[in-house]
Amino acid sequence: MAYSEKVIDHYENPRNVGKMDAADHSVGTGMVGAPACGDVMRLQIKVSDTGVIEDAKFKTYGCGSAIASSSLVTEWVKGMTLDQAAELKNTQIADELALPPVKIHCSVLAEDAIKAAVADYKQKQGR
Amino acid sequence: MDIKQNFFEFYGLPEVFDIDLGLLSQRHLELQKKLHPDRFAHLSDQERRLSAQYTAYLNEGYATLRASLLRAQYLLKLQGIDTHNESSAPMDPAFLMQQMELRERLEDAPQHADPEAELAALGEDVEQMMAPLQAEFCSQITVPAEASLHAAAAAVRKMQFLDKLRREIERLEDDLY
Repeated sequence: MAYSEKVIDHYENPRNVGKMDAADHSVGTGMVGAPACGDVMRLQIKVSDTGVIEDAKFKTYGCGSAIASSSLVTEWVKGMTLDQAAELKNTQIADELALPPVKIHCSVLAEDAIKAAVADYKQKQGR
Repeated sequence: MDIKQNFFEFYGLPEVFDIDLGLLSQRHLELQKKLHPDRFAHLSDQERRLSAQYTAYLNEGYATLRASLLRAQYLLKLQGIDTHNESSAPMDPAFLMQQMELRERLEDAPQHADPEAELAALGEDVEQMMAPLQAEFCSQITVPAEASLHAAAAAVRKMQFLDKLRREIERLEDDLY
């Protein structure tokens, strides 16, 4: 299958690959997986006292589209508030990367991951 | 023979996970003989087409029933759950964390002092995780209750992650040696 240029760019030069301390109270961690293809994705955010995402990291074991989707999300969410990040839609990711229909689930995975990271952070903060 | 039958019926086997694999192979050979194209050479086009259709169904059935994960997925499908094609399903975070760690170990394996031994150890760990999931599936799928069916599906989803890992280990072994 032919990947779009943007997917290839993110795949070859993934942004913000890495790991944060999941025990840190200012860090939210989202872990998601797609049973059908066995892909696993970890997306983490570091949040300031004012509720703005200062940094984001990801690690994805999966296909090019899954890696590109999570890489793109980490770029997008930096500087967003938690609510803005939680409102990200998979369709925005799929549009930006020009994902074909069979790869839409990769963008869904990335949306689930950022939502899970925000939820994890909020749970830690007790709000 | 009737291709409207499911694969278990087609092979004359009980609709369970623990099938007799020896019997499956034996039935496969018998059915193959019955369907051998040479036996249909003198028949009409339509009958030959039918024979080719049966052979395709036979081969698909054999591949499905022989492999434990495919057999488990097929049993679920007969109950109306398709874990192979669903786009997303919520997974236990602890399980995902473990999968992440296993993938990281696999990624680091080529830099390991003894990559071959590390990959073998990783492969063994995967098999050790696979066994209880198969046992869980086996006991849940026989219970005719919604909750048990969902528990069986949950076990198969985990098996799908482990199966992916198994294939990734094999791929890396091929790359390294």
